[in-house]
Amino acid sequence: MSTVNNVLDTQIELFGVKLDNPIIPASGTYGFGYEFSEYYDINCLGSISLKGTTKEARYGNPLPRIAECPNGLINAIGLQNPGVDKVIEVELKKLDEVYKKPVIANVGGHSFEEYTTTVAKFNDVDKVFAVELNISCPNVQGGGMAFGTNPDTVEELVREIKKVSTKPIIVKLSPNVTDIKLLAKAAERGGADGLSLINTLVGMRIDLKTARPIISVKRGGYSGPGVFPVAVNMVYAVKEVTDLPIIGMGGISSAEDVIEMMYAGATAVMVGSYNLVNPYGCKEIIDDLPVVMEKLGINKLSDITGRSHNV
Amino acid sequence: MISKKLTVVSNKKLADGIYEMRLSGADYVVPGSFLEVTVPGFYLNRPFGVGNYEDGEITIYYKVVGNGTDKMTEVSVGTKLNVIYGLGNGFNMERAIRPLLVSGGIGIAPIYYLAKAFAKKGVRPIVVTGFRNASEVVLSNELKEIADLVVCTDDGSMGFNGNPVSAVKALDKEWDYYYACGPMVMMKYLKMYSDKGELSLEARMGCGFGACMGCSIITKSGYKRVCKEGPVFDADEVEL
Repeated sequence: MSTVNNVLDTQIELFGVKLDNPIIPASGTYGFGYEFSEYYDINCLGSISLKGTTKEARYGNPLPRIAECPNGLINAIGLQNPGVDKVIEVELKKLDEVYKKPVIANVGGHSFEEYTTTVAKFNDVDKVFAVELNISCPNVQGGGMAFGTNPDTVEELVREIKKVSTKPIIVKLSPNVTDIKLLAKAAERGGADGLSLINTLVGMRIDLKTARPIISVKRGGYSGPGVFPVAVNMVYAVKEVTDLPIIGMGGISSAEDVIEMMYAGATAVMVGSYNLVNPYGCKEIIDDLPVVMEKLGINKLSDITGRSHNV
Repeated sequence: MISKKLTVVSNKKLADGIYEMRLSGADYVVPGSFLEVTVPGFYLNRPFGVGNYEDGEITIYYKVVGNGTDKMTEVSVGTKLNVIYGLGNGFNMERAIRPLLVSGGIGIAPIYYLAKAFAKKGVRPIVVTGFRNASEVVLSNELKEIADLVVCTDDGSMGFNGNPVSAVKALDKEWDYYYACGPMVMMKYLKMYSDKGELSLEARMGCGFGACMGCSIITKSGYKRVCKEGPVFDADEVEL
């Protein structure tokens, strides 16, 4: 396979930064990364999107936070994290010892002020090459998705954040809207440098014995292979209306899925739920990527972004 | 943590809704650790406490509680299952001179393996196992050989009439440290009676290896993941 690797180019570029490959573990499915280095050398990853970070520490929602679904799961973690200061002082330093490449910070919040304060704290962190705004988390009361479903709010929030941030801003879009293209355009007007999509779909499971919703806060976000076609469609749709780089995600579980998502319009991809059922998931996809490229006659991966739009 | 295909060498019913599955091709795992099984046709892996390890073979004891465990009963001998094992911490056996082991329901799985491990060290533990009724009682004959066993049932249909915590309170034997696994209500009352012990907790998990924060609990020293920092916690550490 090493000979295959030599001739096939998996490199992509995001905001002027060259990534060895387009595979990025999605926020919230990979912790702060370093723990996966117990399982394999995580330097094979294109980058990492860090666990969602807020201004203050958050415990998140009560248990149960997880419910299984056909082809996926519902989660309602509720942005458990130690707060931005500890993320920078402790978690990022631990990650830096085992992962030498630049990463993407992921920021959530309840108010404009919370977002701007948290995002600005990453300005001086060299390890972070971009900040992903989680304006689409369905699991945070009075925040998260509430920001991400109103185009005017999205535009204004991104504009305020761009004023204080020196890093490229990626806006993570919610699929729980009437027309995701409107939100993509709103983020673009606000000054977004890139988009990532899709976040989870709001869902619910009910226990047949008790008739109660399984998740403690009733509903959560559905993700996994079941949402993959929804994600491909939305990435395709957004690619039609914007030239911003798109990071595609939603149920990606194989190198073939990566290629399909890139055909739809993604420059890079994030792998989420798959990390939770296969700890070696990202590594296996990365190892498999040149094999699938060869099979499909793809020499340079960065060439295929949006290919479906031109055939 | 090891992710590997293990071969099902037996999968049989032991009692009402309770099954034993033996998986070969495994490496050694410590008592109190758990594993995850990929059940064909289901997305999330299922976590189970390790019920025994011997000569490259891991045994799990499982209760049918939903579609996934129901499907597991149909898995035939010879099937290769994807298993992630060696997960979580494990019991600290050094802490007891006269150990008391307490289980409720299917919580007997890690307790049985721990009893076997004490027996190997030449220690005969006291074991209290609780079940709803006589039709669910398992592993009594095996435990009697290596432990001073008290079996209890909620309806009194076998052994001590009452729950395991009442049975512990009624013990006429001395113990200095306990190890427990069972329903939350049992653990709560056991901890109220004494916090000189360790509790193996259960939680609905996403991943089972520390990535998703799906099973975080609040402890005296901050948030801990049942799957990573646990499943075994000091009784005085957790808030139940």
